[in-house]
Amino acid sequence: MNGTGGAYLFWRKTKNNVMIAFAAACLLIAVVPLVMIFSYTLLQGISSLNIDFFIQMPKPVGETGGGMANALVGTGILIALGALFGLPVGIMAGIYLAEYGNNPLGAAVRFLADVLSGIPSIVVGVVAYIIVVLPMKHFSALAGGVALAILMIPTVTRTTEEMIRLVPHSYREAGLAIGIPQWKTTLRIILPTALKGITTGILLAIARAAGETAPLLFTALGNRFWSTSINQPIASLTVFIYDYTKAAFEDWNRQAWAAGFVLIALIFTISVVFRIVTRSRYEER
Amino acid sequence: MEVPANAQVQVPAGSAQPKPKMVARNVNAFFGKTQALRSVNLDVAENRVLAIIGPSGCGKSTFLRCLNRMHEVAGGSMRGEIALDGEDIMKIDAVNLRRRVGMVFQKPNPFPTMSIFDNVAAGLRFNGHRNHKFLAEVVERCLRQAALWDEVKDSLNKSGMGISGGQQQRLCIARTLAVNPEVVLMDEPASALDPLSTAKIEELIYELKTKYTIAIVTHNMQQAARVSDMTAFFYLGELIEVGETKKIFTTPEKRQTEDYITGRFG
Repeated sequence: MNGTGGAYLFWRKTKNNVMIAFAAACLLIAVVPLVMIFSYTLLQGISSLNIDFFIQMPKPVGETGGGMANALVGTGILIALGALFGLPVGIMAGIYLAEYGNNPLGAAVRFLADVLSGIPSIVVGVVAYIIVVLPMKHFSALAGGVALAILMIPTVTRTTEEMIRLVPHSYREAGLAIGIPQWKTTLRIILPTALKGITTGILLAIARAAGETAPLLFTALGNRFWSTSINQPIASLTVFIYDYTKAAFEDWNRQAWAAGFVLIALIFTISVVFRIVTRSRYEER
Repeated sequence: MEVPANAQVQVPAGSAQPKPKMVARNVNAFFGKTQALRSVNLDVAENRVLAIIGPSGCGKSTFLRCLNRMHEVAGGSMRGEIALDGEDIMKIDAVNLRRRVGMVFQKPNPFPTMSIFDNVAAGLRFNGHRNHKFLAEVVERCLRQAALWDEVKDSLNKSGMGISGGQQQRLCIARTLAVNPEVVLMDEPASALDPLSTAKIEELIYELKTKYTIAIVTHNMQQAARVSDMTAFFYLGELIEVGETKKIFTTPEKRQTEDYITGRFG
C-alpha cells in the first residue's frame, strides 16, 4: 500500500504536531487578554487595595482614602433584585419553550427574546425609568433591579430552553411511563438534569448584569452614602467606577482601577462558587 | 365495546382460553400521514408473556406504545379501541393508565441525578407518598423482584448511573414495578445488554409473569421462543399471526410467518 511508507508517516506526524501547536497557540491567544486585564487592573489599583477600601465609605472630595463599601453592597443588592425578578421569568419561559413551545406562540416568544437581548442596555435603563422611576417619583434600587432583570431574561430563557432540549428524551419517557404527570416530570426530573447547563446561563446573565452601568444611571442613580433600602437610590460598583474614572483626582482614579479589579474578581468568584454549590451529589461518570 | 363484524380476531389455537388482560381491536396507528399499524386485533392474556416479533419497522414498538398511550407522546395518533380489563384506555386518565401499564425501554434510562433508592422510589414519591418506611419497604421488595437487591443493598445511595448496563436495566425494571402495575410492557429490554445480563433478564421475566401480565417486543427470535407463552408476528404494520409460542415456531399457519422464522427475510 502506498500510504504507509516511512516518509509518508513522518509527514503525517509532522502535520499532526503542527496542528496541535497551532491549537495550543490559539488557546494561549484566547487566554492572554483575560490574564492581561486581571493583571493590569491589579497593578494599577493595587495601591488603593487595602482593607479600608472594602469597609469604608467614600470620603468627601479632597480627602484621600475612603472606600467603596456602599458600592459593593449596592451591587450585591441590585444583582439580587435583578435575579429575583428575572430568573423565575426566564426559567419558566425557557421551560415553556422547550416543553410546550412548538407552536406559533412559542416561535413569537423566541423571536421576542432574541430581539430583547439585542436592545442596548441604555435603552433598557430608559424603559425602567419610565415604568418604575416615574410612577414612584424617585430613583430607587428597585428600579435598578427591574432594569437588570430585563437584561437578564433573554439570556436565561434561551439557555434554559437549550439545556432542557439537550436532556435526552428517554428520561422524559421514563418519567411519563411510571405515571408521573408531564409537568412534574419536567420540574422534578428534567430540570434537575439540565441544572448544570442552566446555571451557566444564569451565571452569564448575572455577570452581564453586574457589569452594567448605563441602565443604573437612570434607575438606581448612585449614592455617596450608605443605603440598603430598595426604595432609595443605591450605589453600585459600576457607577462608582464611572464616577471615579471621570474625576480629575488621581487618588480617585486609582480607586477606580481597584474597583475594576474587584468587579472582575467578584464575577470570577461568583462563577466558581456557583459551580461548586450546584455540583450534583451524584456526578455522572 | 363492539367488535366490528369484519374483524379478524386471531384466536390462539389449541389452548384453554386465558383471560385477556388487554384487548386491541381494529387498531390503526399513524405518525402524521404515515400509517404504522393497520387494523390490528390482538389480545394480551393475563399472567402470560406475549412476545411480539417481526422485522425492523413492522410496527411492533408502535403497537406496544399504543398500549400505554406513549404513542401519542411521540406525536402519533391512533384509531381503534384498546381496552384494559374491559375499560377503553382512551377514557382512562393517561397518567393513571401508565401506572397500571408500565414500560421498560430498550436503552436503560435510570434518572441521572438520583440515587438507586430515589430512582426506584420516584414513581411513588412524585405521586405523594412521603412515608420513608413505606418507600424503603417498596424499594427493597422491588429490587428483590428485579434480582438486584443483593448486588446494591449496601449502596442504595450511589448514583443510578454508577452501575453496569445490565444492573441499570434491572433498576429500571424495579422502578417500573414500584408503582405496582398490572401489565409490564418491555421494548427490546435486553438488546443493549451482554449475554449474561440478557439471561438474567429473561429469568426475571419468567418469574414476573406469575404476578404481572407481560408483553415483550424482541428482535431476537430465540429469546421469544425461550421466554414467551404466546407469540405475535407483525409485518409491515399488520398482525400476520398470533398463537402459542411452541406452535408458531414449529408449525406456523401463515407462509410469511414461516419465512420469517426460518430466516428467509428480516
